[in-house]
Amino acid sequence: MSEAKSEKEKRKIQSEKKMRDIMTAYYIDAKTARQNNKKVAWITSGGPVEPLIAMDIIPVYPENHGAMIGASKMGVDLCEKAEAMGYSNDLCSYARSDISCATVNGGPIGGLPEPDMLVCCNNICGTVLKWYEVQARYFNIPLFIFDTPFCHTEYTKEAKRYVERQIGEYVAFLEGVCGRKMDQDRMKDVGRISFEGQKLWQEVLDTAVNKPSPMTAFDAFFHLALIVTLRGTQQTIDYYQGLLAEMKDRIRDGIGAIAQEKYRLLWDNLPIWYRMKWLSKKFAEHDACLVADTYTSAWCGAMKYIDENKFLDSMAEAYSRIYLNIGVDEMARMVIAMIDKYQVDGFVLHSNRSCKPYSLGQFDIQRIVEKERNIPCLMIEADMVDERSFSESQISTRIDAFMEIIKDRKKGRA
Amino acid sequence: MDTMTEFREVADQPYGYLQKLKDQTGKKMVGYVCSYTPEEILLAAGAHPVRLFGTKQQIHLADSHLQSYSCSIVRGVLEEGLSGRIGFLDGMVFPHTCDSIQRLSDIWRLNIPFGFHSDLVLPVKLNTPSARDYMTDVLRKFQNDVGRALGVDITDDALQKAIGTMNAIRQSIRDIYEIRSQYPRLMSGADLYTLVRASMMMDRERLAGMLSETVVKMKAKAAGEKPDPSLKRIVLAGGMCNHPDIYPMIEEAGGAVVWDDFCTGARYFAELVAGGDDPAAGIAERLIRRVVCPAKHAGLDRRAKHILRLVKEQNARGVIFLLFKFCDPHAFDYPDIRKSMDEAGIPVLLLEMEDPLPGEGQLKTRFEAFLEMV
Ligand code: SF4
Ligand code: SF4
Repeated sequence: MSEAKSEKEKRKIQSEKKMRDIMTAYYIDAKTARQNNKKVAWITSGGPVEPLIAMDIIPVYPENHGAMIGASKMGVDLCEKAEAMGYSNDLCSYARSDISCATVNGGPIGGLPEPDMLVCCNNICGTVLKWYEVQARYFNIPLFIFDTPFCHTEYTKEAKRYVERQIGEYVAFLEGVCGRKMDQDRMKDVGRISFEGQKLWQEVLDTAVNKPSPMTAFDAFFHLALIVTLRGTQQTIDYYQGLLAEMKDRIRDGIGAIAQEKYRLLWDNLPIWYRMKWLSKKFAEHDACLVADTYTSAWCGAMKYIDENKFLDSMAEAYSRIYLNIGVDEMARMVIAMIDKYQVDGFVLHSNRSCKPYSLGQFDIQRIVEKERNIPCLMIEADMVDERSFSESQISTRIDAFMEIIKDRKKGRA
Repeated sequence: MDTMTEFREVADQPYGYLQKLKDQTGKKMVGYVCSYTPEEILLAAGAHPVRLFGTKQQIHLADSHLQSYSCSIVRGVLEEGLSGRIGFLDGMVFPHTCDSIQRLSDIWRLNIPFGFHSDLVLPVKLNTPSARDYMTDVLRKFQNDVGRALGVDITDDALQKAIGTMNAIRQSIRDIYEIRSQYPRLMSGADLYTLVRASMMMDRERLAGMLSETVVKMKAKAAGEKPDPSLKRIVLAGGMCNHPDIYPMIEEAGGAVVWDDFCTGARYFAELVAGGDDPAAGIAERLIRRVVCPAKHAGLDRRAKHILRLVKEQNARGVIFLLFKFCDPHAFDYPDIRKSMDEAGIPVLLLEMEDPLPGEGQLKTRFEAFLEMV
């Protein structure tokens, strides 16, 4: 008994507490912004946050809030409230829960701080455009749309010109709302810090290459919060340096994320926030570790386009070419690169009815993966926040069957 | 042949018609899925634009590419492509609209290897100078891409001529809508539906002639007509309508559809391209000024205001929203538009359209109840 407990203790990531403290302080800061004469901007998860940090505006992420709502299992109630307001239950559950939450100040932290402005970047989906329109009407505040043309097969020179021009418009928008100029030197610093943070986050994720992996994708979903919400701050760098060191220690000491890692899996799409524990236990029981995922790497996947010394100019391309703003075939290529890099035995796809840009095309990605790498794939139908779309018994059976195939294959190969 | 009969034939058997047209003229057939497609550029390239609407067939093949939560348009279009039923097409254009169409384009490109494939990545916001310039840039790029793919040099003269043809078509359909709005009995709703559908498939030169002939005939008929105040005038709104049967149901219940806000209806003919020596800029200007689709942003209250204005101008008594299940852009707009309608005291009926529709009896009852109320 006590041994089992210390086993678990050993595997617990120590940085977790620090993370919770940082996030709590961040939300307190955001909630008391008014008293401190600071402005709050709501921004989409893939949006260019660095100019906000440089302008001392507190960025708040409704999607991160959505994740918290999902994880605290308050999603169904808020989604139902949105449905009562007339929003179809087929819409993204982040959007649904945020829209209703704004009107009732519900959810795990009593609602988000009221925004002074909205910044919507459509590089993740068209849903955010509609969602932010709804909120701009509700709060009656200015909305900036950062329009990043979709890169099906290329980032055209026409798109480049358009996105680059919008950077100037974006800065002018922020200066207008705040009534003061942006400090260009500060912006440069923030750009470098953001780049540094992304690099560190990638290094953290890279530690999962080790066998056994020191962390799982479930850990990554948790530790992701900072690179999303506080990208461009020194805090992020300090935190990820600590986390990276901890991961390296674990590798040195041979501590794996799960008790016995026999099989390694790759996860696709958003987490199923309200079933994280259940899913990680379920896979661990099969000695399977989800070592990597396509979601958390989206916040460092476009680094190759960034010039850290000319952040503002180069961010146009980086923000246009993130994982969700590219064609299905390029996504498949990135998935295959991850399969090779992390040496996984199987691929689990969460078909997420909330998120069409992430999910439509998954069947084709699956086919490409099966053809090119010949590894077993499992598609799970669910939703990231709305538990009504989750059938535990069905998914449990399917995971068992999938793991049987993987085990047989591995046996055959060994 | 009577023009209406010809429209009906095309709308009933579009593929037969298109195959014949291709055999006779040798024109390249280019499919498209959204009313923001600049048909002018395709026409100027000597190609023939064909709007795809979905399918009447059962979905089998598309199921292994699309999850159940994609709309029936996207599933239907893919089914037609995969089945080979539209194998006469030489290419496809996918303008950037909603997330589902965006992924449909990728899936199409990877699985249906014919002809040229063009992603027309239009701006999503329409109300800034840089978006306007980008719109023009993208249309110029499209002009080059189409030209290269079809091996033609698209001249400004050809483009001007195509603009003339499309303007004439749009103006005629508008005239027909306007006459019909005054005297709805001059043409049944189902016939109007048929005419507009056929317009998006027919040879545009011939179409332009047939439409202006129809306008002349309608004007003559209208001369002897008197407005019928007993008709309950209704506006339809939403993405599009794939179910012509609802028109007679509304009519039998004492209503008359006098206008719509559909992308296969009034949004198709809204606004003409203004003259000028830069045709691409002219086309861009039209797309920007046009009644906005919910997948694009032109301000926060453009659609609600537009529908309110339509109701007023058309002297309508109510609005029926036909929304496709799983259509995000429209579903996001609906509650707010609904609120504006409620505040203005305009009765609204919402019909969420799943394929197949609810039974005829059930629909009829809903229309009757609604029309009784307005
Ligand atoms: S989950 Fe998908 S649809 Fe919802 S906001 Fe995120 S990217 Fe957009
Ligand atoms: S009906 Fe809606 S979801 Fe479907 S293609 Fe049209 S805009 Fe997209």
